[in-house]
Amino acid sequence: MTTMAEYRTIAREGIWTNNGVLSMMLGLCPAMAMTNSATNGLGMGLATAFVMTGSAMLVSIFRTRFSQEVRIPVFVLIIATMVTVVDMCMNAWMHEMYKVLGLFIPLIVVNCLPFARIEMFASKKPILPSLADGFFVGVGFTLALTVIGAVREISGSGTLFADASLLLGSAFKFLEMRVLPPDTGILMMILPPGAFLATGLLLVGKRMIDERSSKAIPVSAAHCAP
Amino acid sequence: MSSQRTLIHGFILGAFCLGFGMLLVMTNGFTKDDIALRAIEDRQNSLAQVIPESIHDNNLATDTLTLKNDQGNEVVAYLAIKEGKVTGVAFETSSPGYSGAIKVMLGLDPEGKILGARVLAHKETPGLGDKIEVKKGDWILRFTGLSIGNPPLEKWKVKKDGGQFDQFAGATITPRAVVRAITEGMQFFAANKTKIMEFKSSQVKTTETEAGKAPAQEKTK
Repeated sequence: MTTMAEYRTIAREGIWTNNGVLSMMLGLCPAMAMTNSATNGLGMGLATAFVMTGSAMLVSIFRTRFSQEVRIPVFVLIIATMVTVVDMCMNAWMHEMYKVLGLFIPLIVVNCLPFARIEMFASKKPILPSLADGFFVGVGFTLALTVIGAVREISGSGTLFADASLLLGSAFKFLEMRVLPPDTGILMMILPPGAFLATGLLLVGKRMIDERSSKAIPVSAAHCAP
Repeated sequence: MSSQRTLIHGFILGAFCLGFGMLLVMTNGFTKDDIALRAIEDRQNSLAQVIPESIHDNNLATDTLTLKNDQGNEVVAYLAIKEGKVTGVAFETSSPGYSGAIKVMLGLDPEGKILGARVLAHKETPGLGDKIEVKKGDWILRFTGLSIGNPPLEKWKVKKDGGQFDQFAGATITPRAVVRAITEGMQFFAANKTKIMEFKSSQVKTTETEAGKAPAQEKTK
């Protein structure tokens, strides 16, 4: 039985210590391509989080049913199914946001973050911890994308959460704000170079916080290739 | 022995494919009507921006005519019809911009005068080229009411090329492409005017067929 403390560890690792983008450095393609605004980052993150939670659960349910030799194709199959389901549902019921993100939703299939978590966690653990792991790593991914998007949006176009009501419904209109006066942003920040700059600076920031808060604990060894 | 194992793996994989395939079929079944509805809404929204509602009493999205342009590509023309008469037409026209094609929905009245033009899709630089969107600026609105002849054809260019349309600071290629797309669209209309004006709406067609005008059916082809 998994205890509360273990769930807390799963949550902390997923959101901060092993953050998909800022620690594991996985899924950098959507993290850079989709974050020209905080809203887009949030939308892409939520879709990925949903796919990760769903596929982690499915893999965990069937983890004793498939053999080691065919596990990779089965993972691909499960993730691809989840992505297609999300794609169709968004197209049908969240159409405004689909018009913005639609092009990138199918790319979740080739995001290595869900794949890595399934291989490392869900294929070996029971359903509930796997669900928690998929969910929290997804939340961590969402937060990272939203922060990258916010940094780029504020410095690039001077707004924050523009068009958030398209994604979350008109109740979230209050999120939309203008931080800087119009036409003062640095255009480059919402173009591709800005993605590299923002991601790099946030990486530096996270490492600095980690170092300061835990001088005793060595820096995590999880530096996988993207 | 090993071939038997391979077979088992194959069956396992096949079973998973079948199971998840069924899940996809089910999702498709649940969502397909809504997705089709959204696609029609999208088209009606973009058509409503270029054809004023007052000039038609038909469904723009369903009264269509497929034509061929100079490059041999098919162009779907959406027709505005009021009391059985063609009062306007809208179709998509495109031209390569700074990065990728810029798609413009163009609405014209029977004389070839622009009722409205809107950029449907583009991949131009944000902050520079995207002022062609109606959301980001009113540049695209200045085409309304113009036609070939007003201004004359040689003035259908951006100012930098000796025409009469403003370019943007830092972006000339984008407005140039939009002006070209619109110009080509109007020329396309001029070339196909007779076909478009002869179009009979499907609802009107039935009554006219009863009246003995059977050939109308052929023209929709």
